[in-house]
Parts: sequence; structure tokens; C-alpha cells
Amino acid sequence: MQIAARHLDKITIFDVSGDIDLATSPQLRKALLRELRELKMPRVVLNLGAVRYIDSSGVASLVEGLKASRDVGSRFVLFGLNKTVREVLQLSKLVKIFEIYENEEQSVAP
Amino acid sequence: MSRGSLLFKMELRSNPEMLCVVRNALGELAAKLGFSEAECRAVVLAVDEALTNIIRHAYLGDSEQSIEASFHRIHLPKDGKSEDALEIVLEDSGAAVNPDKMCGRALEDVKPGGLGLHFIRQSMDTVEFTHSNGRNQLRLVKILHGQTSPKGS
Repeated sequence: MQIAARHLDKITIFDVSGDIDLATSPQLRKALLRELRELKMPRVVLNLGAVRYIDSSGVASLVEGLKASRDVGSRFVLFGLNKTVREVLQLSKLVKIFEIYENEEQSVAP
Repeated sequence: MSRGSLLFKMELRSNPEMLCVVRNALGELAAKLGFSEAECRAVVLAVDEALTNIIRHAYLGDSEQSIEASFHRIHLPKDGKSEDALEIVLEDSGAAVNPDKMCGRALEDVKPGGLGLHFIRQSMDTVEFTHSNGRNQLRLVKILHGQTSPKGS
């Protein structure tokens, strides 16, 4: 898995690619919590368009990001969910709790 | 007990880095057997989650332990015919897991963790756990739909 951060005004956009599993999810979790809890960014956006696979540990990292965003009053946004990622989120029955958009333009809109 | 025909067998270290190797091999195997793309993803997810549970709960994160995985094509009787299926058996010698506690958690709780077992049960047709002679064994079966054949053939 690879994560690259971009900044757009007060928004952090993470472009994530590859597999999010037990080996890699700690890296994602750390990046999300740093941006939300330490830097208190008002909005953190996750581009999941190039994610090939996600498992329950990856979903758990997303839930932690969501909880951190609620704690600090930020927005935590996902976009670019492919079939694989959407399927796993639906299986977890957690898909409704996330703020999900189709593309980056919608995700960064005021 | 006959396990049908062995497709392949592997022994891997309990290292999270190995998970992607297993996923890739299993994805190829499931596709070769004729599972649909969605079924291939389901089988891969179930085995990945099962291995994750072994690494985290049976071996408590120790990445130097051994896990055995075997994959068989089996025939299950159904309505006078037989149904083809993929049987996957994962074995480890880590801490004994209490089968009564293998029930997952309520999905209404929005919290990280505890989803793995739910994913396994949702993805596979059979999930059986046994512990004997100091070893945990998880048996997973996925029926290959549309591949029925007359019984005894």
C-alpha cells in the first residue's frame, strides 16, 4: 500500500493505492490519526480509487478515522470506491456511516 | 476422512507480509475452478480474514510461527446429485481458540475491530472450527454453483 498526501486549503487529501490489510493498515491509521487528532485538519479526504483490496483491519482503520473526526469536529470523506472496496464496506454494514462521494470535486466542495 | 482431490498445500509463516502472497495464489485458484469474480473475492476475503485471526489471536502477533493451508476440490451430496466445492483447511498450533467465542460482534456497534469473523461467515457456505492435539483447525467450504454432476460420476 502507498499513501501520498496533498493539501488543498484546509483539506488534506490522501491518495491511497494497493492493498489495505493487516500488514499495511497501521500505516493508514497512523496517517489519518496524525492529520485529524494532531494537526486537527478541518477535512480529511481519502481517495480510494487505486485500492485493490481492503480487509477488516482496513475497515477498522477507516472507522478509527471517522471516530477521530467526530471527536475533533472535522469531516472525514471517502471517494473513488471501486467494486471491491464498496463490497467490503457493504458487507460490514458500515457503508452508511461514512460520508462517501463519487469523485474528488464533490469531496472538496464547500 | 477423504478430503477429495488435493489442489495445493502451503505452509507459511505467520507474517502479515505473507497475506498478499496467499491472496494472489488463492484468487488465481478460485478463478481456475470456475468461481465468479464476486465469489473469488469472497473466498479470498474469507481466507485473508481467517489468516489474520490466526496471526493476531492464536499467535498473538508472533510472525515466526507456522500456518498450514490446504485446498481441496470436494463433492458434496445434494438432491441425489453431487455438488462441487472448494474446501480450505487452515491449521495452526497457537493458543486454543474457544469456539463458543467465535460468534463475531453486533454490527450495530460502530467501532473498529471484530468484523473478520462476520466477513468469513458471510463469504463461505461452511465454517467449522475444531481444536485437537494442540492444534486449531478451521475448515471453510465454498460451493461451486452451477457445477453439479450425477452422483457417483
